[in-house]
Amino acid sequence: MSMINYASREINCKLVYYGPGLGGKTTNLEYVYNKVAPDTRGKLISLATEQERTLFFDFLPVDLGTIRGFKTRFHLYTVPGQVYYNASRRLILKGVDGLVFVADSQAERMDANIASLENLYENLADYGYDASRLPIVLQWNKRDLPNSVSAEELQSQLNPMGVPTYEAVAITGEGVFNTLKGVSKSVIQALS
Amino acid sequence: MSHADAIGSIGARDLEPFAPLLERYVQESGALCVLIVDRTGRLLTLAGDPMGMDETSFASLAAADFAASDQLAQLVGEKEFTALYHNGLHRSMYLADLAGWAVLAALFDSRTTLGMVRIRTRSVVPRLTDLLTALANRTEGPEEEREGMQADWMSEAEDSIDRLFAE
Repeated sequence: MSMINYASREINCKLVYYGPGLGGKTTNLEYVYNKVAPDTRGKLISLATEQERTLFFDFLPVDLGTIRGFKTRFHLYTVPGQVYYNASRRLILKGVDGLVFVADSQAERMDANIASLENLYENLADYGYDASRLPIVLQWNKRDLPNSVSAEELQSQLNPMGVPTYEAVAITGEGVFNTLKGVSKSVIQALS
Repeated sequence: MSHADAIGSIGARDLEPFAPLLERYVQESGALCVLIVDRTGRLLTLAGDPMGMDETSFASLAAADFAASDQLAQLVGEKEFTALYHNGLHRSMYLADLAGWAVLAALFDSRTTLGMVRIRTRSVVPRLTDLLTALANRTEGPEEEREGMQADWMSEAEDSIDRLFAE
């Protein structure tokens, strides 16, 4: 849940990028880090392996500025996508306010997408979070690859709940901000 | 509210009892500053001088540090590690669990000792735990929350999002 700290006049919202390994979660954060005004963001912290695979999480705080007297900030996190890092994924979900599920559009990654999505719902349920009440958006990433399946196919396999979806090529930045705008506005609406 | 979770919003009055406790703690322990963060990585309050440190990132990493240590504890047959110590050349950190859902993180340098920080931490933890438990168990949110956010807050926030995340 978003924490409004009336004492320090701050609002902090936790957004988590979830999805299968090598799907582009860290790439989303790197694009945001490189594109937002430097005075609005903190350091991009990556707890990664030497091969630059996310080991624990990436973290990027982004300041929205002071709105009606409240300093409003988004905390962007990624989780490690690899199957065996579930303990880390679960820990990062604690207190989540909004989720971006980054799906890999490549046909051969469909099973990994489905497994990761199921894992997300299991982990949310473990915390007692109601996925139907949590702002969630789906990002169809890697739309530029020749082996990507159609958006309709992704929709039918991964989006039975009918949450908002965004097509993206995170490596070039296409769709990254649209996705982030979508989830952050949903979180703001949930706060009001 | 589960102890394994964060609390919701915090009112100015909620934090009033923490300030004198934490200020006294900083004074008596000789720590540079002390931060109270929740296990989701959010800063609740602090006392002392954080010396321009990035408090947001610090809170996130301190929570992650403690979360990882919880998992390590379970792997070696412990329910939890209640405190952690990081030894630096110039500055060190002592972290202690608070009520299962928050962490005290004290930053100190050579002007005090680990022993002093540890003693003072042990003495303040029960009182902070009581305060945090009361906060987690309250049945109503802070009084400011009942007034709600100003009507135009959301539209201004959405405009800011559009500006910040513009291509």
